[in-house]
Amino acid sequence: MAADRMITRRHLLKTTMLAGAGAALAGVAPLRSAAAATLSIGFIYVGPRDDFGYNQAHAVGAAAVKKMADVKVLEEENVPETIAVQKTMESMIQLDGASLLFPTSFGYYSPQVLKLAAQFPKVRFEHCGGLWSEKDPKNAASYFGYIDECCHLSGIVAGYATKSGKLGFVAAKPIPQVLRNINTFALGARLANPKATVQVIFTGDWSLPTKEAEATNSLVDQGIDVVTCHVDSPKVVIETAERRGAMVCGYHANQAPLAPKGFLTGAEWNWEELYPGFVRTVMAGGTIPNLVRGGLKEKIVKPSAYSSLVSAEARKHADDAKAKLTAGDYVIFKGPILDNKGNTVIGAGTSRGQTDIALEEMNYLVEGVIGATS
Amino acid sequence: MPVLAAKPAGAIVEAILIPALALVTALLLFGVFCAFRGVAPFELYALMFQGGFGSWFSWQNTLIRAAPLLLTALCTALPAQLGMVVIGGEGAFVLGGLAAASAAIALHGAAPLAVQLAMAAAGLLAGGLWIAMVGALRQYRGVNETISSLLLVYIAIALLNHLVEGPLRDPGSLNKPSTPPIGDAYMLANIPGTEVHWGFAFGVVVCVLAYVLIHHTVFGFSARVVGGNARAAKVVGLPIGRLVLGITFLAGAAPGLAGMVEVAAVDGQANGTLVAGYGYTGILVSFLARHHPLGIIPVAILMGGISASGGLLQRRLGLPDAATLVLQGTVFMCLLGSEVLHGRLSLPRLQRA
Repeated sequence: MAADRMITRRHLLKTTMLAGAGAALAGVAPLRSAAAATLSIGFIYVGPRDDFGYNQAHAVGAAAVKKMADVKVLEEENVPETIAVQKTMESMIQLDGASLLFPTSFGYYSPQVLKLAAQFPKVRFEHCGGLWSEKDPKNAASYFGYIDECCHLSGIVAGYATKSGKLGFVAAKPIPQVLRNINTFALGARLANPKATVQVIFTGDWSLPTKEAEATNSLVDQGIDVVTCHVDSPKVVIETAERRGAMVCGYHANQAPLAPKGFLTGAEWNWEELYPGFVRTVMAGGTIPNLVRGGLKEKIVKPSAYSSLVSAEARKHADDAKAKLTAGDYVIFKGPILDNKGNTVIGAGTSRGQTDIALEEMNYLVEGVIGATS
Repeated sequence: MPVLAAKPAGAIVEAILIPALALVTALLLFGVFCAFRGVAPFELYALMFQGGFGSWFSWQNTLIRAAPLLLTALCTALPAQLGMVVIGGEGAFVLGGLAAASAAIALHGAAPLAVQLAMAAAGLLAGGLWIAMVGALRQYRGVNETISSLLLVYIAIALLNHLVEGPLRDPGSLNKPSTPPIGDAYMLANIPGTEVHWGFAFGVVVCVLAYVLIHHTVFGFSARVVGGNARAAKVVGLPIGRLVLGITFLAGAAPGLAGMVEVAAVDGQANGTLVAGYGYTGILVSFLARHHPLGIIPVAILMGGISASGGLLQRRLGLPDAATLVLQGTVFMCLLGSEVLHGRLSLPRLQRA
């Protein structure tokens, strides 16, 4: 077996040489590292940052932070809501010295963010969408926006634009956040056209391009002429509707470039306003509140610019509603409101303002919406 | 080592040298690819090394990511011994996690160890039965196992979504439908002195057990005979049906256990987070390891390292996340391409045996 051993030794020698060369390279090569900037800020996205949707909206916010002086922005996309996000956050903290993190996906919060926040008390964790409560670590915080206000404006515009009186909504899951958008859209549409209906299709998950395309096609096949959606990336819905000649209202980010013929308006996040504000607060030594919520008034959301398809009448109505929402004297969920089974869900005389906790537990579809929550 | 001695030395050297060559080739190609994007290849390699294996933190990051892959890879590797191509580990993983969470909720209040054992049993059983179904469909109904295992993944995910959004939903989980939490008392701890959960140790142990089963028992030998020539196996009277069902059950039990660990060590509840693609990466790992249970261990660690270093590549070099997918794809292609070299590599010194 002498030859065998010889081979082994040769192999060993080769391996050692390779390893040595690797180590030498690692030592010699000037590694790009996060330079000593004043504040290192990490942004973590659950999907691709150019998805024309949820993640792009956050990336636009990160880009606004990048323009500020004395900050170093770190970004990582396609980070799943598993232990991988813990490791990503930890790596940003340990290897790149990040002291302010924006894990932007809802599913990152529990247990991932909570676990890391307890482990790194000096790092600030700003989470999008979660509901921070007193029992959570003080260095964790959550922010979110009442984007349903913009969906309401989209609904008003859609109500004027539709010729068939039939609107369509492609939605991911029947959870409160989504139901709220569908309902405000429908309530808006019926202000403009009391006979309007909104057909909703739930695809079952946040990113299912094939199902989203099928749903959009089936909506248009039913004679629906305005389509909107609430999925992570509205790209497929918007492009499919455009190809079929339907009008669209965007969501998450500005989708006007995707539908030059049929785009009306849309509901957008305004993270490029909020994030630099947060960063300025931190740099000035201040503290961001642990629970931040707001809508048009707080400039956390904004409507997309109207396209030329939007009539003067529709503009006036929507602008009027927007002005009142911004001023804070407009309630979307004002009783009496019936669900689509005929039950009263908000009684006459009851007004549920945006901060009303009952809205966070929404489990119904309002009158005029065709579809079921389960 | 009787098995090793039975093989010519050249075959063993080949079995290690060829994948290593393929890996180096893939890294070189990836370096060229990144050079086109304006990234210096050596800096790239150094960062990849730093992110995956350069420090204790990086190693832990790598091992945590490798842990579920060790088990999901077995879902493809074990049936491969029978000549079957099963790619449905994702479904067994998801259902294993769901079953484990259900068991924990049902037994709430019992002793932690009892609950954890019950969770493991539930995960093993759910995953095992799911993939055994694939084996049964193949054996008794002639349904192609590759297609059926893949389609069963979608059914498993639909089942998970249905249950966590309906009967098993915690009313408190408003915007992310989940089962109720299993409770901190029942969570699996980390391996002492590390941040790596026990799932990694389970994975290594199960891979070793699978190796012993396949290469050192009559059962495993029979399975390999079936894989070599099913007709011959039938002629010599091997119980093919039992072998298929047994192997596919074990193949599903492994990712089922990984799903249980994911719930018991990481998430603390079952929800859509379970659908993270560990099952699919496991297919890649199994093929790279040439379906050898022991080969899975280094390959899973390598894959863990690549994914652990992906973050640094994004942050420091501005590469998109898809870059790590390009690397994974390149590795896979090079490895498949290198298969043609087997038995053709000119190693004159080795021809003695």
